[in-house]
Amino acid sequence: MFFKRKRNIPDGLWKRCEGCNNVVYKKKVEEKYNVCPECNYHFRIPTSERIKIMLDKNSFEEYWKNMLPADPLNFKDRISYKDRIAKEQKKTGLKEAATVGKGTIEGKSVIFAVTDPRFIMGSMGSVVGEKITRAAEKALELRLPLIIITGSGGGARMHEGIISLMQMAKTSSAISRLQEAGTPYISVLTDPTLGGVMASFASQADIIMAEPGALVGFAGPRVIKETIKKTLPKGFQTTESMLKHGFIDMIVERSKLRHEISKILDYCNSNTNN
Amino acid sequence: MSKDTHNLENTILELEKCIQELKNNSEQDSSIEIKKLEEKKKTLQKEMYSNLPPYEIVKISRHHLRPPVSDYINLMVDDFVELHGDRSYGDDKCIITGLGKIGNKKVLIIGHQKGKTTKERIKLNFGMPNPEGYRKALHKMKLAEKFHLPIVTLIDTPGANPDIGAEERGQAHAIATNIAEMTKLKTPIICIVIGEGGSGGALGIGVGDKFSILEFAYCSVISPEGCAAILWKSKDNAEQAATALKFTAKDLYELGIVDEIIPEPTGAAHNNPEEMARTLKETIVRYIEELQAIPIDKLIENRHNKYRKIGCFLDGE
Repeated sequence: MFFKRKRNIPDGLWKRCEGCNNVVYKKKVEEKYNVCPECNYHFRIPTSERIKIMLDKNSFEEYWKNMLPADPLNFKDRISYKDRIAKEQKKTGLKEAATVGKGTIEGKSVIFAVTDPRFIMGSMGSVVGEKITRAAEKALELRLPLIIITGSGGGARMHEGIISLMQMAKTSSAISRLQEAGTPYISVLTDPTLGGVMASFASQADIIMAEPGALVGFAGPRVIKETIKKTLPKGFQTTESMLKHGFIDMIVERSKLRHEISKILDYCNSNTNN
Repeated sequence: MSKDTHNLENTILELEKCIQELKNNSEQDSSIEIKKLEEKKKTLQKEMYSNLPPYEIVKISRHHLRPPVSDYINLMVDDFVELHGDRSYGDDKCIITGLGKIGNKKVLIIGHQKGKTTKERIKLNFGMPNPEGYRKALHKMKLAEKFHLPIVTLIDTPGANPDIGAEERGQAHAIATNIAEMTKLKTPIICIVIGEGGSGGALGIGVGDKFSILEFAYCSVISPEGCAAILWKSKDNAEQAATALKFTAKDLYELGIVDEIIPEPTGAAHNNPEEMARTLKETIVRYIEELQAIPIDKLIENRHNKYRKIGCFLDGE
């Protein structure tokens, strides 16, 4: 379902579902957490929408919101990295792919981070790496649970080269410290979570949740297809397949995520358990 | 291959031919002439290897004669005892693990295996490990931690295996677990890129107190071909991607990512594997001595700080 060509539907009342290809009433989709009422397809959602859905109303206080990407390699492909960043910033209204802050879920304080797949595929360069690392450090300092929602098809960001790759070790080291201190870390995988993000902090969580039908894995499906020169089996690299093979704890519908996280936090608080 | 490099290589080949002809000619003594030509060859080789464009370095790092991990084990490790198995699924031959002595230092050695012959290369999946390989490495690393043995990892992989089975057995999870564990293992860890340092597949055994690289090896977030296919929409742009990614030993040193560039013999490692192994051995022994002098808690703290400071961004506060 991830390879279907998108057909253009005029902006307005209707949109086409990428899951079932039906034309669905836009307002109804939006009312239902951006989930298709016909097939339960979970549309990708922007960071602002994610914060609204996950956290208690007006509870979010953003940290390090002015952090900006630099261009350590002076990278240029068909367009320069600088121009690409400017383009993505304009498109998304975000300064970078990750947004981090403090908020409450059903009244419980958490450190909350989200990566947005619309910003250079939610890939991890220095800013994403630094923000996730600082989120873990803040969670440790305040002894608050860390919740990270990943949407990252890009993994480690190519445009910052080796520096991006090393963010995997940096985030991982910071999260290890948090975990050793007995503070819970819950990761929520959303469509898509791949590559260097999946092979570092996203997989490292105490509890791994995932939205239904999301593309998750290490190598991208195109790379695998090219390597093995075969078509990929149906349902391969979906969260359902990950659950079956034992790599995630649970699949949770978007509308129920808040409550499920809140329930788990009741058990994972070493300050109150005896 | 760039024009200059190509010309130089042709001249070197011509010289080699002349030297060989002179040597084969037993009627007259040409030892003085041979010596002269060999000197000239060495100078040209030095010139050629000192100005290689990044994609040429990639080719050297992948050269079929470049010494693989097994050569270094033979040349610099005494009393090697190979250990097998990840204790949960299998024994991935693509990552070799074992105990051995480097100089007077007892260590655990872990390395990507690429093989030397075509048959071996196929058997070893061209150096692309499966999750079992990473889990095997972790299992042995825990053993090293328990017995206070320093860990030496030799990195040489195009990347972790991208296929269906590897995905279904949790490639991402296996790598993530290794990275997380390596950030806190209570024993010195030395990582050296000896050929290709391919992305997450390299990092899965590549987090430690020392991270160094051989002169004509490279280490990158993605292969130049993969990067070209995505960003230039064609693999034909691999040369440009190789330059843009700044992944040669020199680039990585300038970016502050590697601790040291380990020099290769004239004409690169494959030209003199024995000399290369000697240099590598000396470097490793020196690292172990340096790291063993640091109290273990301080070592872990230093390791964390080493990675903590990597990043380039504008704080904006």
